[in-house]
Amino acid sequence: MDVIPIKSIKDIPTEEDIFPGTPTCAGCGGLLALRHCLKALGKKVIIVNAAGCFTLLSIYPFTPFQNSWLYTAIACAPAGAQGVRDALDILIRKGRLDPEEDLKVVVLTGDGAAYDIGLASTSGAIYRNLDFYYICYDNEAYGNTGFQWSGATPFASKTGTTPAGRISPTGTELSKKNLFEIWRSHKPPYLATISPAHPVDLINKFKKAEQYKGPKLFINLSPCPPGWATDPSHSAMFAKLAVDTGIWALKEAICGDVRHTFVPKKFRPVEEYLKGQGRFAHLFKPVRQEEILAKIQEMVVQYWNEVQDNESIKK
Amino acid sequence: MTKEMLTGNAAAAWGVRLAEVDYIPAYPITPQTEIIETLAKWISAGVLDARFVTVDSEHSMITAAGAASATGVRVFTATSSQGLLYGFEMLYAVAGWRVPLVMVNVSRGLSAPITLEPDHNDILAARDSGFLQIHCETCQEVLDSILMAYRLAEDERVLLPVFVNMDGFHLSFTREPVEIPDLEKAKMFLPAYQPRHAFFKASQPMAQGVAVIGGPAYSYFKYQMHLASIKALEVYNEASKEFGKIFGRSHNTIEGYMIDDAEYILVMINSFSTLGKAAIKEARAKDIKAGLLKLRLLRPFPESDIVKAIKGAKAAAVVDQNISVGKGGILHSEIAGAICNQKDKPLLLSFIGGLGGKNISPQEFEFIIDCMVKAADTGEIPAPRLLYTETEWKEMDRLKKMAGKL
Ligand code: SF4
Repeated sequence: MDVIPIKSIKDIPTEEDIFPGTPTCAGCGGLLALRHCLKALGKKVIIVNAAGCFTLLSIYPFTPFQNSWLYTAIACAPAGAQGVRDALDILIRKGRLDPEEDLKVVVLTGDGAAYDIGLASTSGAIYRNLDFYYICYDNEAYGNTGFQWSGATPFASKTGTTPAGRISPTGTELSKKNLFEIWRSHKPPYLATISPAHPVDLINKFKKAEQYKGPKLFINLSPCPPGWATDPSHSAMFAKLAVDTGIWALKEAICGDVRHTFVPKKFRPVEEYLKGQGRFAHLFKPVRQEEILAKIQEMVVQYWNEVQDNESIKK
Repeated sequence: MTKEMLTGNAAAAWGVRLAEVDYIPAYPITPQTEIIETLAKWISAGVLDARFVTVDSEHSMITAAGAASATGVRVFTATSSQGLLYGFEMLYAVAGWRVPLVMVNVSRGLSAPITLEPDHNDILAARDSGFLQIHCETCQEVLDSILMAYRLAEDERVLLPVFVNMDGFHLSFTREPVEIPDLEKAKMFLPAYQPRHAFFKASQPMAQGVAVIGGPAYSYFKYQMHLASIKALEVYNEASKEFGKIFGRSHNTIEGYMIDDAEYILVMINSFSTLGKAAIKEARAKDIKAGLLKLRLLRPFPESDIVKAIKGAKAAAVVDQNISVGKGGILHSEIAGAICNQKDKPLLLSFIGGLGGKNISPQEFEFIIDCMVKAADTGEIPAPRLLYTETEWKEMDRLKKMAGKL
């Protein structure tokens, strides 16, 4: 099956599926991406949500969505998706629901739920080959509680629970958990990373995913102004820098086979991405922590070297 | 109608089959597993048209059950003990979604120490969740209660999930003769589930389970659940009457055994009530006017039925097969709360027995009845007691010696 990809941002529908005036922070990179995701998914959607920032999108009696919504709890949105999907299938099969009424079931979770507390229920749903979409808005910490360390927090980021201080000047000592590879080991039909700064890539990935029955999973790197300590107007810029520095690799895996969908012609130094963000400020002030900066750069270089070996692409 | 020897678990499965359930998310745990195995077998054989899915945990299981029920299918699931507690968060959540699913809990003592045999700390932990609770003494009650449970849960005046509880081993694995109603009759009692409030469909987007901000909205929705649960008392009685008409037997909110003229009343719940009833017979043979009150519907709490049943007795003893550590018997507190403002109330004694499936012997029942008689004579109420025989104490000593602790 071939899908015709869109070429430019002009091909993205202008009609909005999510109305403005939500309680998310100004400049939320997650919301920016979700806006595009919903344009790709259309209106026949039910979002099954896990506890996180986006839970506050639907507060009684309001919802910004034109689609349906079910809030579950932090650990179990994929199980909620299982229940909804199974019930829709049963109703259609038993002739109690017009197939025209069918919905795409979409899990929407933050990284805390995706990387940590909800990993078992996600693994279960992928393994059972549940026909659903999964969107993780990954701002690299527990954002709704005020930015504490999560399994998604990258090396050297400071968070509320991994502050940089005299004893631990690095902030977060651990590296970001590789959720993409964890998911990929389940061999879902479609898996991709996305960025709000690359809407064309994002839309095309959803278009491609749509051909497959089974789990279709997306991780969006989501600039988060209050947590990253950045200006709300800079979210798209940081999303773009994350890709241009090679820190956030845009890729997909179809039934386990990985392909990078965007490779910068020339990688920018990681410092350009790090230095404007308050969560990395301790790497620059009061003294430059050269070793840490070099290590981050080295991690990125190593990642892309491996990519080059595996996919023989030109860097 | 046929009569068969069924275990409590098989009786539960039959209830589910007769309710023509659409969806069963499951997760195995002893002593519940026979229920889901039976259902899986029937689905595979084509005699039950339902979808069965084994999920990754009880937490996921209750979520999937609630979400499917919110989408509009009839859902059943079952668990026990540790599993119930593992999914605990979602009990409150799905009750708040107002989804009428039915869940069997096969009672089993809670870890630690880890054990297999029954007491009621598991199901009583879920007491305040919003689920209604029906407790069963016999395998027949288990089957019947599942049909009753759907009827109750799906009534638009209620719309709350329901637990049907039975004791692990003592009922789950005990065979008793059970009348299996005809499907046609079961359908007369329990028509197909056609929810008007629970659906997800393209033409009519809806947000369910949404957040609220502020106490007034939260209080409003919580108290609505409470009112719906209280309303379920009336709905239960209606359903029970109709059940009687169709099937020729019925189960009230409570059951009185030799209670009408009783001066001394045992208050019990679930399968150990059978032991209590035998003790009452013994006492009657000795001319002690004893009787037994068995609680069946625990949530909503049939307060006025209970008050009426024990009114005028000299003493009542609650035998709690549970322990609220640091307080004592949970049902004792509940009964005390129910009668505290009544004029003609009996003296109320508290006993804890049967923890982790420990037997309650005829001598222990004799002791309880004796305590009631003495209390009525002297007006002095003994302190709450743990039922534990001398033989059991000696055996425990032996174990402690082996463990090097004595
Ligand atoms: S805290 Fe961050 S992720 Fe959460 S809503 Fe605000 S910007 Fe978005």
